Amino acid sequence: MSSTFDQVATIIAETCDIPRDTITPESHAIDDLGIDSLDFLDIAFAIDKAFGIKLPLEKWTQEVNDGKATTEQYFVLKNLCARIDELVAAKGAGA
Amino acid sequence: MQLDYFQLIDRIVDLNMVEKTITVEAQVPKTSTVFEGHFPGYPIMPGVLLIESMAQTSGWLLLALMKFERMPFLAAVKEAKMRGFVTPGELLTVEAGIVHEGSGYAITEAKVKVAGKLRSNATITFSHVPFPNPDLRGHMDAMARRIGFPLQAVLS
Repeated sequence: MSSTFDQVATIIAETCDIPRDTITPESHAIDDLGIDSLDFLDIAFAIDKAFGIKLPLEKWTQEVNDGKATTEQYFVLKNLCARIDELVAAKGAGA
Repeated sequence: MQLDYFQLIDRIVDLNMVEKTITVEAQVPKTSTVFEGHFPGYPIMPGVLLIESMAQTSGWLLLALMKFERMPFLAAVKEAKMRGFVTPGELLTVEAGIVHEGSGYAITEAKVKVAGKLRSNATITFSHVPFPNPDLRGHMDAMARRIGFPLQAVLS
């Protein structure tokens, strides 16, 4: 997970011009780092490319809007990284 | 090209669903009020309209790839470069290809050429959603027929 976090934190820092040392596994991308939906598209693109996956942003957003999930589940970075690891593992298993 | 209706694309020349590319033509009108102000005595196509032509071209490609089930909306323009003037009466060839298809968004690269020479290019991000209402879907269907959209390519 730490490797995933390092990559994601670097992506966020470079994409959104946020100082790298302010980004922690506990950071909430929206509430703490102030990343808006448009900037998150850039981050999603960079993550998709870096990990060879497709972050299911629409599904996550729908779940949050429907009250079936909280933003913390997907947008606190340690949780986001766990989701990324799951997607990478699922992709590997399906290959 | 009907500048006053923001309808920039005249004809789809090629749509490749395998390569995920599209080529269209857009005839810049010889006269338009746009050119009266941009610029008096030296009429050139505004760069924002060249960007719009690339966005609309990319939009048709995305509509095809999403089988007209979702509508793409312009979200971001990056690395847009105006490499040469486009003047009234010129025929634009606009090409677009997919860079990335994400969840709820897509990124394209597009080029505007005149007589084979590059005049503008950009990397464009779109968000896309299910058609918000039947009116818009009907309008896009009508536009597709007008510009010769190859519906068989989408249905096959």
